Amino acid sequence: MSRELNVDLVAADRQIWSGTATQVIAKTTVGEIGLLSGHEPMLAILVPGQIRITTGEGKLLTAECGEGGFLSLENNNLTLVVRDAQLVS
Amino acid sequence: MGAQLRVYRQKIKSAKTTKKITRAMELISASRIAKAQQRVAASSPYTRAVTRAVSAVATYSNIDHPLITDSGEHRRTAVVIFTSDRGLAGAFSSSVLKEAEALSALLRQQNKEIVYYLVGRKAVGNFSFRRKAYVREWIGGTDLPQFDTAREIAAELTGAFLKPYEQGGVDEIYLVGNRFVSMMVQEPDKIRLLPLEVVEQEAVSSSEVFPLFEFEPEVDKVLDALLPVYIENRIYNVMLQSAAAEHAARQKAMKSATDNADKLILNYTRLANAARQAEITQQISEIVGGADALATVTED
Repeated sequence: MSRELNVDLVAADRQIWSGTATQVIAKTTVGEIGLLSGHEPMLAILVPGQIRITTGEGKLLTAECGEGGFLSLENNNLTLVVRDAQLVS
Repeated sequence: MGAQLRVYRQKIKSAKTTKKITRAMELISASRIAKAQQRVAASSPYTRAVTRAVSAVATYSNIDHPLITDSGEHRRTAVVIFTSDRGLAGAFSSSVLKEAEALSALLRQQNKEIVYYLVGRKAVGNFSFRRKAYVREWIGGTDLPQFDTAREIAAELTGAFLKPYEQGGVDEIYLVGNRFVSMMVQEPDKIRLLPLEVVEQEAVSSSEVFPLFEFEPEVDKVLDALLPVYIENRIYNVMLQSAAAEHAARQKAMKSATDNADKLILNYTRLANAARQAEITQQISEIVGGADALATVTED
């Protein structure tokens, strides 16, 4: 089984980032959550905060999301949906 | 130069000026269609994700959410009309207004009261000319819709929907706007926004089963947060479609206007040539006639 997540980070009017990641950390309404591959399917509401993505190449990407959104994860496909966000690094 | 000839020359000149303008507008629209379509494409991952998530939640919860539950009785209906800000786009705005009129007639037959929300200067112009009442208008930026505008519209509509009927709330919301079918075809389209019928736009096979999701926080809360996003997205999508359709319609209209100007120029050039020829013929016959007359005088 692959150890990576397929991540799509999308905003209302564009796709911000897409690729594979080993770990994604996002802030939900009940606290920060770290997602690894093999996580059970989930739907969570995101609150404003940072989304940290450790990419497949081992780089760390940080996205600043000024407004909430939600994430959905199934079969190692993670979709982070935010109204607006910027990649900061 | 004779009077007739001068008139023709003037008409040719005016047709040429018009042609220059329509040609420029045609080219501008042609370049903007691509951009508008890219915007539709760029927003589609979001649309897909939102739609999928809402469907997933809807399948796994026995829904009893105010935005989804159909009160059964619809007494007041809101109709949102999406037109363009500017004209010169053929039947773009009028076909939407006609569609809205047809929808209104249908709703009125069912004894429903109708309130209007207008997007685009053309709709506002039409309504104020006919002295029809409307609740709110959004003007500007129909050819380059912003997500913030969509959110504003969504907030207003959701607010109206959640208000009880007695306080002026609505029970049903329809969106009427143009849909971009192809470069040549734009169709007016109506969508019932609320109460929601969650539709998968990309035909996902109905046999597909959503995995058992873990919801964080509870299902109801997730749905609470998701539905407004979904509504915003539907409105934004309609606006983007409408913008793409507007550019396509304008390009088509301006193309035929340019062709017509060409035809006019050709016809008037022919007429002007004939008038010039007639003038020359007349002058020659006058000279010949004059010389003839002089010759007869000297002979005498």
